Amino acid sequence: MQRLEGLSKLTGAERYLDDEPLEGPLKGCLWGMTVRSPVSRGKITRITYGAGFDWSQFVVVEPSDIPGPNETYLIENDQPVLAPGYVRHMHEAVVLIAHQDRNLLRRAVASVRVDVAPEPPALDFRLTPRPDQIQRGSDNLLKKLQIRKGNIERGFAQAHKIVEGEYETGAQEHVYIEPNAMSAWIEDGPTGDVVVVRGSMQCPYYVLNALKHALKRDESRVRVIQSPTGGGFGGKEDYPSTIALHCALLTLKARRPVKIVYDRSEDMAATTKRHPSLVRHRTAVDQNGKMLAQHIEVILDGGAYVTLSPVVLSRGIIHAAGPYTCENVLIEGKAVLTNSVPYGAFRGFGAPQTIFAVERHMDRIAAALNLDPLQVRRVNLLKDGDTTSTQQVIKGGTDRHALLDQTLHIANYDAHKREAEKFNRTHPYLRRGVGVATVLHGAGFTGNGEVYLNSKVDVAGRPDGSLEVLAASTEMGQGTNTVFTKIAADAAGYDIADVFVGTPDTFRVPNSGPTVASRTVMVVGKLVERAIDELARQVGQNGSPLRGPALKSAIQAWHRANPESELKGRATYQPPPDVKFDDKNYIGDAYATFAWGVCVAAVEVDLRTAAVRVLDFVAAQDIGKVINPVLATGQVQGGVVQAIGWALTEEMKFKDGGMHNNTLTNYIIPTSDDVPSIRVHFHENPYPHGGGGAKGVGELPMDGPAPAILNAVAHATGADPRAIPLTPERLLPLLR
Amino acid sequence: MQTTASNPAASTLQIAFSLNGQAIDIAVDPRERLLDTLRYRLNLPGTKEGCGEGECGACTVTIDDLPANSCLVPTFQVRGCSVRTIESVPKAELGPMLAAGATQCGACTPGVVMTAHWIKQHSQVLESQTLRALMAGNLCRCTGYDGIIDGVRRWIGGPQ
Ligand code: FES
Ligand code: FES
Repeated sequence: MQRLEGLSKLTGAERYLDDEPLEGPLKGCLWGMTVRSPVSRGKITRITYGAGFDWSQFVVVEPSDIPGPNETYLIENDQPVLAPGYVRHMHEAVVLIAHQDRNLLRRAVASVRVDVAPEPPALDFRLTPRPDQIQRGSDNLLKKLQIRKGNIERGFAQAHKIVEGEYETGAQEHVYIEPNAMSAWIEDGPTGDVVVVRGSMQCPYYVLNALKHALKRDESRVRVIQSPTGGGFGGKEDYPSTIALHCALLTLKARRPVKIVYDRSEDMAATTKRHPSLVRHRTAVDQNGKMLAQHIEVILDGGAYVTLSPVVLSRGIIHAAGPYTCENVLIEGKAVLTNSVPYGAFRGFGAPQTIFAVERHMDRIAAALNLDPLQVRRVNLLKDGDTTSTQQVIKGGTDRHALLDQTLHIANYDAHKREAEKFNRTHPYLRRGVGVATVLHGAGFTGNGEVYLNSKVDVAGRPDGSLEVLAASTEMGQGTNTVFTKIAADAAGYDIADVFVGTPDTFRVPNSGPTVASRTVMVVGKLVERAIDELARQVGQNGSPLRGPALKSAIQAWHRANPESELKGRATYQPPPDVKFDDKNYIGDAYATFAWGVCVAAVEVDLRTAAVRVLDFVAAQDIGKVINPVLATGQVQGGVVQAIGWALTEEMKFKDGGMHNNTLTNYIIPTSDDVPSIRVHFHENPYPHGGGGAKGVGELPMDGPAPAILNAVAHATGADPRAIPLTPERLLPLLR
Repeated sequence: MQTTASNPAASTLQIAFSLNGQAIDIAVDPRERLLDTLRYRLNLPGTKEGCGEGECGACTVTIDDLPANSCLVPTFQVRGCSVRTIESVPKAELGPMLAAGATQCGACTPGVVMTAHWIKQHSQVLESQTLRALMAGNLCRCTGYDGIIDGVRRWIGGPQ
């Protein structure tokens, strides 16, 4: 089945928010913009509105205009909607301004001066903060978590060798090609006026909760609608709540519709990024490379507010031990406050950082023991029945050893390796190498997260017998609408032409949870199937569900008997049986299931310039059943290329705590000419509790490429790179 | 960063050009970007803005049959030129791109299609340059480029 909205995207007919005419509810729309902090930390002493503007013609929103608490509702609500007289990071929102003339508005916003009495910012998360940099508790810690299994001291006592290493990853900007955009207006409702927010987002109910909280309204008086969304990758998970609040506040003050569209430089400077990380490994091994103890320390830079850092850290530490089993494990995780933009969700959510460390470390263990890196992986790789660091017993029937062997075969690993070694003996300045990473990715929310989310899906049977899936899951390019249509059509025995997926609109769709964590097809897709079952039971005889044409006519008959009524089947999340997690002690089933992957990268390093080029890349993935091969392949290829950027070129440069290279001119994402064709192989093993038999696919591709590429660079050059992005500046000093 | 009319100091220029084969006569601020003229004044929002600084290619149009980033072109410079936008590409031709997975979120897609369409009409450029090199001016953050490259190849009818 082809992407449903594909042709309208190819012809340019798809209307993103900034493409829409200012008509209908947006008639008389004002443009909104944000005045931002010029420094990283301090008390706002004065705000001066520039001379030469008739400020009575502008709508200005300050913190005192916020009806409810000045808090962005998320885990800890510590992030203000507008800086309350005190700023904690560069580019933090201070004042909102709106005007009908976009150009006049730009100049007016630029004329506003925010004076701040600066205080010492904490800018390096790796350093212990000085007393004058402490802003939270006694140590600036945002969150601390631990996983303990067995007794590492016992393992270290038996060690043949102890291998240590420190690994670092940098911030990464999402660079969805449609920048953030939001609109808001006011409608009449039965219980009073309704603030309607429509825009580019992943999680309508996150936005709804944020609006309810800060605007002090119940859900009958705020409504959130998703507009076609040009990419997200996690960058439109929590940040849209902020823009939605800004837009809503301006609209409430102006009593007119308001639109906020970020330009690229504002989007890059002000919105969330991937958490920078520092991971330390200390591993006890025997002669064969078998790990006897793993001691892992994970430190994430959380930025200025808590936002999602506790859950990013949680996923990070759970993935830190890699797809391996070890009797004795201690993983200690911390997320640290710094005065930089809050780090947030980004594809992989903490796992790519810790997997980078462990997969690079596996190769370094092999080097220390003079073993083949594949052997070190093989002796430690999880088999069904083995336990992870949280003591989760792995099951599901995927043979990870076979997956590894098969991938090496597809990748021509041995030939690549031989040829590279031969090539390197003769070439004056080019060096080739090949590297492997074996990875896992927990699908869905961590631990009991899915139970707490308690997601719901409705499927409506319409008078003509067609079905409409009503879910809060958003389409942002990854293919939700296409895949839901297919899952629903298969479950109902329908033709896809008789299945529709409703626009996420909190007045119409129930809360299916956020569109994140590779959970949409697996978790919400399963709910789609069950909601159809429920609907089919309602219209069937003696409670037996109908299918196909029989279902269609029964729905039509129901509507004839119940004119003007709504017919809906609903499903609510139920955890698969025997999944238990103790989220206090981090023991048990951290995820209902894992997706598995193997990556093989072949690279070429130019010793003159220290530039690294990826020559060949194979990504093999077990994502359960593949529902749509073209879409799933595209997810993997896109994720791999995003990870190649993170590994090699995407470097966020800071100046005084703010993003200094906030343009695509000097924040370098891969072009088509920078990457090879990404060869994708699916290892299909249907997961019975996932929609259509699927596990998550979105994030796994992000986990393996960076360590596979650095392992290949090490193989090519003999260097020992341990930090990414591995720019020429970083690699050159390592090439002796 | 967009700079359109409304600075009172700016005077306007009257220009004529051809847009998708139709004659256009319009008064423009000398600083107005072609991208904004198309999107906000001529009601052709198929051309997208991804960066506004000539890096991403989402705003690709052709001017006198050469691809250009419309975010970098002041509209007055297309005086007398022939401008074509995504709205001029026949929908019926796009099946191969769709089948190959050339679009995901779609934000880069109109620019990708414009460049691809140009390559299709000037396929001799493939004698000296690879498709990957020719497409390198269109950043895509979703597809990893394989879907795009495959799609263009199928569309052009070159080797699979
Ligand atoms: S918007 Fe013109 S090149 Fe990006
Ligand atoms: S399809 Fe999303 S940026 Fe290309």
